[in-house]
Amino acid sequence: MARSRSFDVRRQAGFPAVAITCFILLYLPIILLVVYSFNAGKSIAIWEGFSLQWYVSAWENEKVQDATIRSLIIATCASVIATSAAVMAALATTRSPKFKGYSVVFAMINQPLMIPEIVTAVALLIFFAMIKVATGYTGLWYLILAHSAFCIPFAYMPIRARLQGMDLNLEQAGADLYGTPWRVFRRITLPQLWPGVLAGAMLAFVISLDDVVITEFVKSAGQDTLPTYMLGQLRRVITPEVNAISTVLLAISVALVIAFYLLTKSGKPKQGDVQ
Amino acid sequence: MIEIQNLTKTFGTGAEAFTALSEVSVTIRQNEFFTLLGPSGCGKTTLLRTIAGFVDPTSGTMTLDGADVLASPPYVRPVNTVFQNYALFPHMTVAENIGFGLEMQDRPKAEIKQTVGEMLELVQMTPLANRATSEISGGQQQRVALARALAPRPKVLLLDEPLSALDFKLRKEMQIELKRLQSETGITFVFVTHDQEEALTMSDRIAVMNEGQILQIGGPKEIYDHPAERFVADFIGETNFLEAELVSVDGEVAETRLPSGKTISTRAASGRAGAGKVTVAVRPEHALLEPPGALIDGKLENIVYFGTDTHYHVMLDGGARFVVRRQNQPDAVEAYTIGDAVGVSFNPGVGQVLRD
Ligand SMILES: Nc1ncnc2c1ncn2[C@@H]1O[C@H](COP(=O)(O)OP(=O)(O)OP(=O)(O)O)[C@@H](O)[C@H]1O
Ligand SMILES: [Mg+2]
Repeated sequence: MARSRSFDVRRQAGFPAVAITCFILLYLPIILLVVYSFNAGKSIAIWEGFSLQWYVSAWENEKVQDATIRSLIIATCASVIATSAAVMAALATTRSPKFKGYSVVFAMINQPLMIPEIVTAVALLIFFAMIKVATGYTGLWYLILAHSAFCIPFAYMPIRARLQGMDLNLEQAGADLYGTPWRVFRRITLPQLWPGVLAGAMLAFVISLDDVVITEFVKSAGQDTLPTYMLGQLRRVITPEVNAISTVLLAISVALVIAFYLLTKSGKPKQGDVQ
Repeated sequence: MIEIQNLTKTFGTGAEAFTALSEVSVTIRQNEFFTLLGPSGCGKTTLLRTIAGFVDPTSGTMTLDGADVLASPPYVRPVNTVFQNYALFPHMTVAENIGFGLEMQDRPKAEIKQTVGEMLELVQMTPLANRATSEISGGQQQRVALARALAPRPKVLLLDEPLSALDFKLRKEMQIELKRLQSETGITFVFVTHDQEEALTMSDRIAVMNEGQILQIGGPKEIYDHPAERFVADFIGETNFLEAELVSVDGEVAETRLPSGKTISTRAASGRAGAGKVTVAVRPEHALLEPPGALIDGKLENIVYFGTDTHYHVMLDGGARFVVRRQNQPDAVEAYTIGDAVGVSFNPGVGQVLRD
């Protein structure tokens, strides 16, 4: 029986059709969304000419401004908190000798990736409601903490990968040359870990910026973020303003993801990129 | 200087326990070039890392200049290491690498600058001071690693097979350079290698290790000429082993009777007592090839020409093989041919009675 020497899925019958369908399903809606954000008319389906009016209208919309600022505050705080926690978690899981319950800890760090988001959302809703009743505090910290929690695994992954790829001898050389553990961390480990930390922080930022489910459940009245604001808008009149906001979010996400890719790609830290 | 007593290190527990060092005792003297020599996996690195503070021994004691250092972490021990893979910091320049130890000791900036300059000079790396460590050759990296470890003026410098990654010629150069650095700085060097020639040419004293134990400690000549155990004799250079009978011992002189019936005086480690079967080690170049009727007779099996010398493989009458090595003279005519009946002899005091 004649067999091609190596199996190549690309040569299987029907593969190109399936692949093209997938790509169309993935990208056509996004392309349409972006295109109609420049529509001169009020419709998100009928093209009436090019205009930037919906960007201007979104920019001038106070609710959008408000939600944007809130989104950025939450994403910034959450990514800083999640990244710090992720650095510590990654150090603990790569630098200390394997301890009992190691895999349990590992699973717990990655819990947000495995438990359905809606479950976490409901759980947080109930939990925070209890705290709100007990303390009376209804500020932004509930959202920041909730976002921090589900961002940790995303920040953790690139940092851990970077730590595992690092030469342990370097840290020992640092200790051998009179560096206390903290100074070795500051002068040897962190400078080399930096691309991983940055990548983790950016990933966390994007994930936080993008979240709907948990935010919708945890937020108090008047605490819309951009995604929940858009969700609210969709229930009323849909105008290309939503397209415009989505396009901006898309641009930010794509930019951060590209930066993330470049950071994790560069295998070795560049010479002299610290000091 | 360094006093190590009954040091034992066991990795793991229970069925997986592995003893990497067992009851190691050694004294390393001030300003000495001390070498740990042994096959792969014998515990050399473990011993070195214990001195540096990266390995917690299971039991035993260690003092440095009389002070117990086992409880101190690596960063307070006045000991620096040249790591096998150099472990240069990739995000720092050559000069920053060399200055790192001084910086961690919080020495004044001016002093750091001056010492780094001196160190660069010492290892002849001044022109490359501001290069990234990835932009210099292997031999240069090795010298930077050396300068980095020497800069804080440690009491002891530990070197873990620092030359093993270098090619032959560079290796020879670095061997000479290391010896020069050691005598210029007056620092005690503890050097790890599994290369017996390197150990013999560079060391003041050698500790031969096997399976986590130190078998013999002594100067190169003593180790080579008077190996105490079969392993040491075998590991360093080539050796012939002869089964013999111990007749009498007087201090370090032992009368032994060879299977041929002849007796010869040999050396034995002091304290060796009694009679019985022993093994006598004789170096090929310490033995002589003679006509039959010598100390032991046999048949010439093979002649191998090596340029500087010739090896004669003799099948002894008892059934053992024996190699005699003779230095070649210009245009000498080979007196023997394969198959000849020959004799082997060696002078009194040349043979060494082994411990086992
Ligand atoms: N952390 C560890 N856990 C378990 N076993 C270890 C550990 N470190 C070393 N060993 C074992 O201890 C023994 C001695 O190791 P060591 O590295 O000291 O050998 P070595 O003499 O330096 O060998 P080489 O010449 O190959 O470097 C080896 O059998 C090794 O497998
Ligand atoms: Mg080793």
